[in-house]
Amino acid sequence: MDKVMSNKTVIALFVWPSLLLLVVLIYMPIVLTGYYGLMDWDGVGGMAFIGLANYKELLRDGLFWNSVKHSFLLAVFSTVSLLVYLLVALVLSARIRGANVFRKIYLIPMLLSSVAIAQLWLKIFHPTNGILNDALARLGVQDTPEWLSNPSIVLYAIFIPILWQYAGFYILIYYAALKNVPADLIEAARIDGAGPWRVAVSIRIPLIAEVIKVTVVLAIVGSLKYFDLIYVMTGGGPNGASEVMASYMYRKAFREYDFGYASAVGFCLLLICLIMTWLIRKATAAKDNVQYS
Amino acid sequence: MVSRKALTVTMAASLGFGAVLAGCGDSGDGGDKGGASGQKVTIKLMHLWPAGSSATQNKIVNDIINEYQAANTNVTIEQEVLENEQYKNKMKVLSTSDKLPDVGMTWAAGYMEPYVKGEMFAPLDDLLQGELKDKFVKGTTEAYAFGGKTYALPVELNIVPVYYNKAIFAQYNLQPPKTYDEFKKIVQTLASNGVTPIALGNKDRWTGSLWYMYLADRLGGPETLKKAIDRTGSFEDPNLIRAAQEITQLVDMNAFNKGFNGLSNDEGKAEFMNSKAAMYMMGTWELPNYTTNKDVPQSFRDQIGFFKFPTVDGGKGNVESWVGGPGVGLFVSNNSKVKEEAKKFVSFFVQKWGEHAISEAGVIPATKVDTAKVKLPQLYIDLLNELNKASNITLFADVQMNPASAEVHLNMIQALYGKAVTPEDFVKKHEESLAKETGK
Repeated sequence: MDKVMSNKTVIALFVWPSLLLLVVLIYMPIVLTGYYGLMDWDGVGGMAFIGLANYKELLRDGLFWNSVKHSFLLAVFSTVSLLVYLLVALVLSARIRGANVFRKIYLIPMLLSSVAIAQLWLKIFHPTNGILNDALARLGVQDTPEWLSNPSIVLYAIFIPILWQYAGFYILIYYAALKNVPADLIEAARIDGAGPWRVAVSIRIPLIAEVIKVTVVLAIVGSLKYFDLIYVMTGGGPNGASEVMASYMYRKAFREYDFGYASAVGFCLLLICLIMTWLIRKATAAKDNVQYS
Repeated sequence: MVSRKALTVTMAASLGFGAVLAGCGDSGDGGDKGGASGQKVTIKLMHLWPAGSSATQNKIVNDIINEYQAANTNVTIEQEVLENEQYKNKMKVLSTSDKLPDVGMTWAAGYMEPYVKGEMFAPLDDLLQGELKDKFVKGTTEAYAFGGKTYALPVELNIVPVYYNKAIFAQYNLQPPKTYDEFKKIVQTLASNGVTPIALGNKDRWTGSLWYMYLADRLGGPETLKKAIDRTGSFEDPNLIRAAQEITQLVDMNAFNKGFNGLSNDEGKAEFMNSKAAMYMMGTWELPNYTTNKDVPQSFRDQIGFFKFPTVDGGKGNVESWVGGPGVGLFVSNNSKVKEEAKKFVSFFVQKWGEHAISEAGVIPATKVDTAKVKLPQLYIDLLNELNKASNITLFADVQMNPASAEVHLNMIQALYGKAVTPEDFVKKHEESLAKETGK
């Protein structure tokens, strides 16, 4: 079998279908999006080449920058909550009672579709019938918040289900990584008198640094292009208070019929994601990787 | 070893071809069905009444199709059904690749403008001059006309009354208002008694727009808003500012249910359907819920009445002036290979729809109705009579505007209700957007 696999013809044969799909479904649309971004196009009629006019307008578009700000806020929140997820994974990977059950509980949101989660949280956030406000009212809060219609809190309200949705995913990744840390290392540290906290900080976390790096990239890039839950729950409203880059792009293309402009937004989104990924790589690459020894 | 290698190569190759074939399957079905030859004809119809959420309408479409196919055995009608939002998206995607269905549905005016400009829809004037002459209620087909040609035929006609709960009104000794001052007193009475006066789900935004449109109409008369949009007038008209001020005042009076800006129309409506709110403004497409819909308790249906939006003291508007207009209309794709057959089907559909819509769905069709033949719920007849008396029907503002300005309008509506903009800024943003779009 080794012989077959090293045969160049066979490699080419095996690779071309997925290469074709990758080019047609991923790279070509990217190039096309960049191309459409140079057009004045309503998505229906003819296109007119207008050069960089869309991008120039983008730079002056307050609504776009607002959505960029919201996307970055989400990225910051997601990254910070990675710490919490890591902590949970550390606790779960220690032999505590019921760890298995907790792991499953945390994973459940992962199994639900975003739309179902959105519907669930719409009910929870309902201004009069929702359990959240109901509970607050029972606790004696007179003026219960209008979670999804108050422009100053809607963004944070909507972050909660998003962070909740991905908690299980990251906890699972951390948990699996922590399980791979050799037991003898931990045991050796224990014998030397290190407590659980010391073991976590000096041995377990450094040993999964690579995984943490990957999750940071995932969390940031994922946040920047986040769309579905926000679209279902608020549609970016009220009045753009919860608009993120992807929902702004959708709005431009499908509600305002400005495909050229939406393509420009999409292209910027791609650039921002690439730059962020590069920056994170750059920022974390300098450190030497800790090796099992 | 050789045979194993051969096997691997074959497998890899078949894998590749399989993928390509699978990829082609989706896009390759549009082929010519031989419409030109005049024998077997397949007409593709795309509509937005799924069996789940619009059961009655869906059944009527199927009935009409079956009738048509029985009468024209060479014709097969293929349906594709999507929900409202997906429908709009799919239209968009199909139009970019010139693959619109032979017959489909469109909204009037601003919505269809890009399609008409892109020459995607076929003019249907020959039908209007021919067998459909004088079949439509006056003024309905105009909303689908551009440059003297009509590009779609309406199936529904809607006006927007204020529905109210008679039981709640009786409990607080209230009468349907004749003037806006009376209306505000009602709001005050209800709010001070802890009853939500008006059910509103303003996440959808056009719902809040209805109230604004009526205030603009009653204050400035039917022409003010129309002219501001078609640019013969200005959005900075004092009456349009005043209308916005009245909205903020209603919000201050707690006229609407809590959290309305974060609730969809359905969620807002629930307040009314649960008898928690006293009033609800919505198009006549809601009628079945108050007349024939078996899922709604009879006792609730009996409690519902409607009133016309009251006149404002000193305002120029007339109480017989309505917000409303034709709903969706049928278009024929300009690229259709079976254009003539499709037109025939549209003509048949529109006429049959008129008959079925009244007796089965309880909605008001855009074609003229002979009410003598069928027994109808009183609420329906009353509204139909109002429609006949109407002095004016103002088409929904977001439909009148082109898509970009409509989006500004809808967002501004939400901001106005949420008190994120002042009435002055509200009109200014409209003015800017409308001026920019027409200047283009």
